[in-house]
Amino acid sequence: MTLTVTRHTYADAVREALGAVFDPELDEPITDLGFVRTVEVGKDGDVEVHLRLPTSFCSPNFAYLMASDSKDVLTALPWTRSVVVRLDDHHDSEIINHGLATDAGYKGTFRHEAEDSLDELRRTFQVKAHTAAMERCLTGLLRSSPDLAETALADVVLDDLPDGLEKDSLLRRRSTLGLGNHDAAPVMVDEHGVGYEPDQVPMALRRARSTRISIDGNAHFCRGLLRTRYPGSGDDQTRRVDGEEPADAAYAPGHDGTFIPLSTLATHSNKEHSR
Amino acid sequence: MYTKDGENYFIVDAHIALWDARPENIKNLQGQQFIDCFYDYHANLSPESEVWPKEEYLYQGGERLMKDLFTDGYVDHAIFQPAQLGEFYNNGFGQTEEAFALTQANSDKLTYNHNFDPRNGEAGLDQLRADAERFGLKGVKLYTAEWHGDSRGWKLDDPMAYKYFELCRELGITNIHIHKGPTIRPLDRDAFDVADVDHVATDFTDLNFIIEHVGLPRLEDFCWIATQEPNVHGGLAVAMPFIHTRPRYFAQIMGELMYWIGEDRIQFSSDYALWTPRWLIEQFVDFQIPDDMTEYAPLTTEAKKKVLGLNAAKMYDIEVPAELRLPDADEPETGPRQPDAADLGQMASV
Repeated sequence: MTLTVTRHTYADAVREALGAVFDPELDEPITDLGFVRTVEVGKDGDVEVHLRLPTSFCSPNFAYLMASDSKDVLTALPWTRSVVVRLDDHHDSEIINHGLATDAGYKGTFRHEAEDSLDELRRTFQVKAHTAAMERCLTGLLRSSPDLAETALADVVLDDLPDGLEKDSLLRRRSTLGLGNHDAAPVMVDEHGVGYEPDQVPMALRRARSTRISIDGNAHFCRGLLRTRYPGSGDDQTRRVDGEEPADAAYAPGHDGTFIPLSTLATHSNKEHSR
Repeated sequence: MYTKDGENYFIVDAHIALWDARPENIKNLQGQQFIDCFYDYHANLSPESEVWPKEEYLYQGGERLMKDLFTDGYVDHAIFQPAQLGEFYNNGFGQTEEAFALTQANSDKLTYNHNFDPRNGEAGLDQLRADAERFGLKGVKLYTAEWHGDSRGWKLDDPMAYKYFELCRELGITNIHIHKGPTIRPLDRDAFDVADVDHVATDFTDLNFIIEHVGLPRLEDFCWIATQEPNVHGGLAVAMPFIHTRPRYFAQIMGELMYWIGEDRIQFSSDYALWTPRWLIEQFVDFQIPDDMTEYAPLTTEAKKKVLGLNAAKMYDIEVPAELRLPDADEPETGPRQPDAADLGQMASV
């Protein structure tokens, strides 16, 4: 293998590092969502990053998590010296920016409004992200296998899933929750890795579907609001295929204008029966 | 009344406001940010032809409201659901006196709901008694993310809130409209958490709890609670306009609601002046679940009629012409309403 030397600018390195910071609610990197407004790198490794969100009233706990995670990943880069992360135009900008500047931590930043930590909040959304990824994989499997009964999903294992982005995404979310990723591990499980009886599967899958719909819907709505709030910010967003609609073709960079919903893979004979 | 293809639809717009966000009423930066946020919602989700200039969006006044709803908008009856936002606006956001005067002058067309805040304690209870008598309240609109001094949010199952619900019961205020979050307290948990709805719905089975925005952005949590509680309903404020730019998402929202809570517990609203009712009603009557979404049953004309007005009319005892009434669906009180509609493989072909 040839050693390739890539000429990164420092600003690119900052953006790359910020790619590891996720919006916990939308389950996507803040760099894909267009939340990174500006990156400035001074000589000697001083860094200043400004973040922006779709509305002034986005939940301050999520806003704080993204801003403080950003500061953490940038501070961890070996070459950075002073790191300033500022959240712009939020109703709690002043509180959050002051907390970040003084490294006050969550409780120090929000004082009487913070009880303990945001760990449980983070976990709540890691569980939802896993639920949605699991539903995407299993619904995809159902749609490509007309003879597969919904109840039989209780026995589907990781090895039964076709390779691809959706499976990769599921594996990542399983790892986050500490679930094993061996081939014989059942797919349809809760956040503790506990499976379902066949007769429980249809309802559990329906619940999981409502979670997936919620996350996909919010992710696209938030992207749209950011574009409305900050004209031109769409250029900083990457395409999100999950939950995509025909109207999104106008915004997604690199989108070729075609739109193929996942569900067209469904067999139409099913529909005849259901209506 | 809206008529299309020989079908008549009785329209109740169950969530409207008469607000004032003009500069002289704005108290602080948050007040400015709040109306800016509303305007971005409006601009982002409206068809291009329906987008208002920002100046018009700040305040409409009674005359404009009557025209947008009743002259142009097919609405038969509308219900005020005012937000107080006293920390952001000098005279509050929802204009109580103006809206109530308009209601008195048009009592056949308008219903005025008011609000309360349990953090006002015992004094607030006395105020609620007085308000119930003055306004003839059948319902209230509660915003759990309201700021109040040092506190930036409250929960429906706070002990003081229970005293208010007990008083609502006594005063015959049966319809509790709830706008969830983003509630800042407690900051450790999800700001849109709807678990407290579960508690009050269980403890006050004789009150109706209408969750506005159908719990969005937590549709899944809302559906799961609502399917278990027969007195929890879904209000379509903010969900409606997705019908235009994100019709597939809208189809999924409607599909999930029909599945989990059924056609008798969903209420239309334009959320005026966030959006205007005319285009929403026209598009909704024409709307259908896309063919490829085989997991959902099609929306029937009867279901659309119920959502657009009959459900809210029933809850508020609003007179509906006899020929437009419909019986309740034969659906279970709790649990999935359309288990047979769950398709995908085996289920559908049984």
